[in-house]
Formats: sequence, structure tokens, C-alpha cells
Amino acid sequence: MISVENVSKNFVLHNQGGTTIPVMAGASLHVAKGECVALVGASGSGKSTLMRMIYGNYLTAAGRIMVGDVDVAQAAPREVIALRRRTLGYVSQFLRVVPRVPTLDVVAEPLLLTGTGQEDARAQAAELLARLNIPERLWGLSPTTFSGGEQQRVNIARGFAFPYPALLLDEPTASLDPTNRAVVLGMINEAKARGAAIIGIFHDHAARDEICDRQVDVTHFTPGLAA
Amino acid sequence: MTPLLQVENLAKFYGARIGCTDVSFDLYPGEVMGIVGESGSGKSTLLNCLAGHLPPDRGAVRFDTRTDGLRDTVTMSEPERRMLGRTDWAFVHQHARDGLRMNVSAGGNVGERLMAVNARHYGDIRSSAIDWLGRVEITPDRIDDRPTAFSGGMQQRLQIARNLVTGPRLVFMDEPTGGLDVSVQARLLDLLRNLVRDMGLSAIIVTHDLAVVRLLADRLMVMKDGHVVETGLTDQVLDDPQHGYTQLLVSSVLQV
Repeated sequence: MISVENVSKNFVLHNQGGTTIPVMAGASLHVAKGECVALVGASGSGKSTLMRMIYGNYLTAAGRIMVGDVDVAQAAPREVIALRRRTLGYVSQFLRVVPRVPTLDVVAEPLLLTGTGQEDARAQAAELLARLNIPERLWGLSPTTFSGGEQQRVNIARGFAFPYPALLLDEPTASLDPTNRAVVLGMINEAKARGAAIIGIFHDHAARDEICDRQVDVTHFTPGLAA
Repeated sequence: MTPLLQVENLAKFYGARIGCTDVSFDLYPGEVMGIVGESGSGKSTLLNCLAGHLPPDRGAVRFDTRTDGLRDTVTMSEPERRMLGRTDWAFVHQHARDGLRMNVSAGGNVGERLMAVNARHYGDIRSSAIDWLGRVEITPDRIDDRPTAFSGGMQQRLQIARNLVTGPRLVFMDEPTGGLDVSVQARLLDLLRNLVRDMGLSAIIVTHDLAVVRLLADRLMVMKDGHVVETGLTDQVLDDPQHGYTQLLVSSVLQV
């Protein structure tokens, strides 16, 4: 489902003397349907960078990144937008929303964008929020005022609202208490069971070992680090 | 899929100075494109050329008309272009007073656009006006008030209602949230997002506010000195800018 082939990337800092920083070279990885692969490696080795490249958030200098039948490394913006709408979900570490929009609507948005009716989308969003133990009295408020753990759970609810065939998870269990951590792991397992291809970054090793089928060490793709 | 708007090599000069030049892009139905750049970068000149407010010196702006498919709006006759401006296009000005009739009631402002496309039944016009005022969160009891009695944020929402009542397919916006309080701005952003999503609108938004484009635009075009220096997916351009100027722009945003 997700196939990264011989991918490389540099950052060029034009305003800092044109410094070129090679951050990735020869990265390859394949994830089948129903499989969960963990990206591992020290901080700064490029786990998040690779994930952002797969999402189309960072440009790719060379190589192919196939998600379904779209090559993200070559795709036009509107193709990436369509891919993100129906195929590729991403739970980032940070929640970014329009201020003042109620939590329930934030979570329902991916469903509204894919044609689910207002009522239905809200009902599904409510179910997810309840499952993730966000108290109902908070649903009408904007998540910008929530605690870190609550924001994280809203972000997860939003990321799991639509049944994407491919999912990218950046530290989904960080800053969660044991109860909610178990809920999130359950949701990831369900996504696997329905055939989603998942790539995750987990600093929570117990969660990683429990949920992931394989590990890929990103250090091998880091120029200057690979030995 | 046919693009809704196809822009090819558009250029506008003010004497020897460049307004904007070598601008080409396709905009597809349902897409929202942001144009950013500092003052004087040519973004408003470009928007005005696209919307038919300024005659470009070179290039083509093809619009997918309902009856004849892609037509070059630069070479079409003035009445045809004006008709597009009343029906399929909408233009939201930065200053609401440029887009409103200040001495006509709120309902009249919305109704006028409908009458321009041959609506004649008073009851229908008034009920659509009430419906649209409701959608932009202006209560029906304000329908007979003039925009002069409205706050800046309300005027801006009224301008949006006036523009969208005829069901346009393409909306041009020039700094739609400029000059508004941040709290009013957030509400307007949410409103615009919902309207774009629910009506399947395409929009071109000129702004210098990177946070606004991040929330509203799917795609981004960065301009400097009349040239397009970078284009791409909005979050990609903001998170992984390639051109030196874009890097400077992104790194200059103050953190709150």
C-alpha cells in the first residue's frame, strides 16, 4: 500500500549562507495492507522527516513514494489533496485548528469533506470522543483551550474519523494516561484489522512492541550517520 | 477534469515598472488558492487582472463558462465580462465599504445582486436575503439597517453574503480578514471554510497573513517583485519552503 523507493532529501538554507544539509538518502520501505511498521532511530535521524515526505508535507528530491497508485514525490498539489482526503490519514503531534470551532466539528470535518451528512458525521465524531474519554461538556468548546493530553486525543479522534486505507501516526500515545493509551492501541489494532497500512513513530516502546509487526531503522537512511 | 480557471503568461506593467509578470496556473473546481507576498509584490495587481478589474498587457485568463466552456475573459466583450462578474464570479474587497452600498439596507445589499440576475419577486428576494444574512450570522432583525450601523466584522460578513447569494463558482478575495480583530477574524475564517466546503466553491485569496492561508488555502503561490517565486501545496510551501524569499517570509513570522 505504501512503498518508498530510494528516496533522498536535502534542506538548503538560502538565508544562512546557502548551507545544504543532506537529511535523507537511499530510503526504501514497503508497508502492506494490514501491516504496521515502526520507524525507529535516535532523535534527529529523520523519522518525522520521512513521515512528512510520505504525507507530501516535505518535498522529495529524488526517488518514488507510492501511496496506492499515486507517487507523492511527483504528484500535483490537487492530487495530494485528493489522496489526503480519502486515502492517507496523518495524526501529527500537534493539533492545528481554526480557533473557536467546537471540538465536535473539528473531529467531524474529515467526514464532512468526504460527503457524510452533517448529522451522521457529528454522531460518529461524538462516538469517537466518548470512546477517547473526552467529557461531553467539552465537545462544544474549541480544543485550543484543552490540556495537552486532551488535544492529543482530539487529534487522534480526528485522524481516525475517516477509515483511511493508509495511516501515518506520529507519537500517538505520547502524553496519554494508561486508560486512554489502551483505547488508542485498540483503535490502531482495529485499523490494522480492517486492512489499513500503518507507519508509526513510537517512543513508547511497550506500545511499539505490542502494535507493530516490524521496525525500520531510519539511521540507515541518514547521510553521514550510516556506517 | 477541466480547470475552472486557466491562467497563462499573464503580465501587467505600470509604465516601465512590473505589476506582475509570467503568471501561469490552473485552478480546479473546489480548490482554494492563496497568494502571499509583501506589499508591492504584485498580488493585488494579479487579483485585479484575474477578476477583470484591470486589463492585463499580456496573457490569457480562461474561465470555464457554463454555456461555452473555456473562454478567454481578457478578450471577451465588456458586457460578457460584467455578466460573469454578476453571476459566476464574486469579489470580496478588503474594505467592506468598497463592496457594499453603504446607504442601502443590509437586505437591499443582498437583494440587489439577485435583481441583477433578474430576480423580480419581492417576497423571494427578501426571504433569500434573510436566509443569507442568517448564514453569515446576521440576525433577521438587522435586515433593514444600513451597513453604516454595522461593526467592521458584520460589514465584512454582509459583503460575503451579498457576493455569495447568486451562487458564484469562483470567489476572489483581497485580504478578507485584514483590519479585523483577531476574534472577529477567527469567526470569519470558520465561516469562509464552511461556505467553501458546503458550496464547493473555488477561491483565490490574496493576503499577507500566512496563518490565514494555512487555514483556508489548499495551494499557495508566493510572489515577490511581480514574479511568482514558489508554488505548491500550502502546508508544503510553509513547512518546507524552497525559495530564499519564502524561507525568509516563513522564518519572519512572530510566534505567539
